[in-house]
Amino acid sequence: MSAAERMQRQQNRTAWLFLLPLIIALVGVAIWPLTRSIFFSFTDAFLDAPANYGFVGIDNFITVAEDPVFWRAVKNTLFFTVISVGLETLLGLAIALLLHRAFVGRGIVRAAILVPWAMPMVVSTRIWEWMLNDQFGLINKLFVTLGLVEKGIAWTAEPTLILYTVIFIDVWVTTPFMVLLILAGLQLIPEEIYEAAEVSGVPHWKRFWSITLPLATPAIGVAMLFRTLDALRMFDLSYVLAANNENTMTMSIYARDQLISFQDLGLGSAASTWVFMIIGLIAIAIVGVLRLDRATG
Amino acid sequence: MASVTLKNVSKAFGAYDVIRSINLEIEDGEFMVFVGPSGCGKSTLLRLIAGLVPVSEGDVFIGGEQVTDVPASKRGLAFVFQSYALYPHMNVSRNISFALETARLGKDEIRRRVTKVAEMLKISHLLDRRPRQLSGGQRQRVAIGRALVGEPEVFLFDEPLSNLDADLRMEMRFEIVKLHGDVKTTMIYVTHDQTEAMTLADRIVILNQGRIEQVGRPRELYDRPANRFVAGFLGSPRMNFAPLDRAASSAGVLRGVGGFYHAAELAGAENPTEIGLRPEALKLVSAETKGAICGTFERMEDLGYEYVCYVRLSETLVWTVRSTGRPPAFTEGQPVGLGWQPESLYLFGEDGRRIDHDSAVQLASGASL
Ligand SMILES: Nc1ncnc2c1ncn2[C@@H]1O[C@H](COP(=O)(O)OP(=O)(O)OP(=O)(O)O)[C@@H](O)[C@H]1O
Ligand SMILES: [Mg+2]
Repeated sequence: MSAAERMQRQQNRTAWLFLLPLIIALVGVAIWPLTRSIFFSFTDAFLDAPANYGFVGIDNFITVAEDPVFWRAVKNTLFFTVISVGLETLLGLAIALLLHRAFVGRGIVRAAILVPWAMPMVVSTRIWEWMLNDQFGLINKLFVTLGLVEKGIAWTAEPTLILYTVIFIDVWVTTPFMVLLILAGLQLIPEEIYEAAEVSGVPHWKRFWSITLPLATPAIGVAMLFRTLDALRMFDLSYVLAANNENTMTMSIYARDQLISFQDLGLGSAASTWVFMIIGLIAIAIVGVLRLDRATG
Repeated sequence: MASVTLKNVSKAFGAYDVIRSINLEIEDGEFMVFVGPSGCGKSTLLRLIAGLVPVSEGDVFIGGEQVTDVPASKRGLAFVFQSYALYPHMNVSRNISFALETARLGKDEIRRRVTKVAEMLKISHLLDRRPRQLSGGQRQRVAIGRALVGEPEVFLFDEPLSNLDADLRMEMRFEIVKLHGDVKTTMIYVTHDQTEAMTLADRIVILNQGRIEQVGRPRELYDRPANRFVAGFLGSPRMNFAPLDRAASSAGVLRGVGGFYHAAELAGAENPTEIGLRPEALKLVSAETKGAICGTFERMEDLGYEYVCYVRLSETLVWTVRSTGRPPAFTEGQPVGLGWQPESLYLFGEDGRRIDHDSAVQLASGASL
């Protein structure tokens, strides 16, 4: 073994040593529960007596897959994810571009914009629930006063509206997060690149389209990845606003219902495993796209 | 191609005056170099011309037209940055052609121009690479190519070579001279390197604290500096200065440190307060030599092709002597004389302005022929 190889090996060992605490923590809080959950999804265990179980093969998976309520939840979740992450990205990019320019009071605006993100989701949801209330809500009062509507709209009760209300609240809460991540990406682009383009006569829109966007794409991509994974396992917002209303039920709420409300550990675990697989696939797809992008961009 | 004229141009960042009322005419096709110490406002002046920063006062003319309020993108210039500022996500070919994409040129015309520029700068084999796959010198060529391809009225360079090593800098310097000879476009070039200034410039502008100290051809500035600042700025090692002894001097006779003595016929009525002699105008002689300035030998730097000696004239004053040939064999602390010729003597007045004297005038007029 050459000296270089020995050194390489030593470095590898040190690296693993440093990673050890993290690995232990990861096994304790992620791998182990996940394994348990997957294990239980092949059983008929109930929550009151989890030690009492028999294997049922993939029956639980089939039951979940045949449940129209589950597919409703999947549909809701995907719809919520696509629309809210899309809106948050567009809004986030627009606001980040504004904040990227120097103007008086920029520091204060930057701090202020973080307020919605700093609040717990439960609190934000309750605030909006009250503001959107059809009789006492501020928003309806405003609309009625302005003469836009005759009487208050039941934003949080109307089945066709409620999912949009959920999306609206989520956009309000998480756009600041998008803004910050995209802003950080924008600030990495050297000013002189823009100056070079400006002097050589490249118009504004072209500078945005061919310089800002491609160079900010990695930041936007990472921000979208975070937000998408977050949105796919969304629970709190829908649950606080509408509990297990089928119009806003997400995959996570469905799994929780099987597990807690119906006490069915096997079925609940199978539902969780489905959710895990769906999110995992989407995550892999997004990361793949981002990688490809980086190779060419 | 166009001339550039600045009329009373000033720029202040907040309360801090960076450019103070500058008047300058740069002729069509001229190679103008801005030099000056760090922070004197060279880059700011260049950016004012480019339109990247707005002027606080005054007017900018390009090709005789007032462009003070015309945005940078409409001035028809090209800017080459010290950091190259290449678009990192585009290959070399697209870096060069990017600005043409919106210039209503046909695809064939764009390709023709890119090919021509690439050949001219010898980067044809690099067209498919990304900037990060290029060396510093190659990046700078691409940056110049990007400037060239738009066929600008004026080229602006901000220290384009200072990130390169000495050999490459010399090579690129040569290429830029050649380029100017080929395209004959007006070029304005900022540098703090006086070799670049002397070798590239048709005319040099020496800036100091946002003001122009002197404008002129390189030789002219070197031989006939307007003042002490210019005299001290050009030349390496810099010019040796020493105060005159007022009490011992009288009308027509100047005395100073180290037994300096000169009977001068002064052109004006002004009294000189300081003398200046360039290191290459001095010769090491024995301490007893008549008319030599006396000091003690401190140390010598032998560079092979030349040597620089340090001679102490007083407690606070060390002069340098630069010469070629075989270095002399003096030892530290040994008394030594500095021989000089009257025609290479510079005299400066109270306000730092150079004062003409008979012998000096002759040298300068002879040299500028
Ligand atoms: N945007 C700005 N805001 C405030 N002050 C500035 C700004 N740009 C430049 N300055 C100041 O103006 C002065 C001149 O700067 P400039 O960059 O023109 O100097 P320079 O001659 O190019 O120096 P160097 O040789 O170091 O590049 C400096 O003191 C600098 O601090
Ligand atoms: Mg500068």
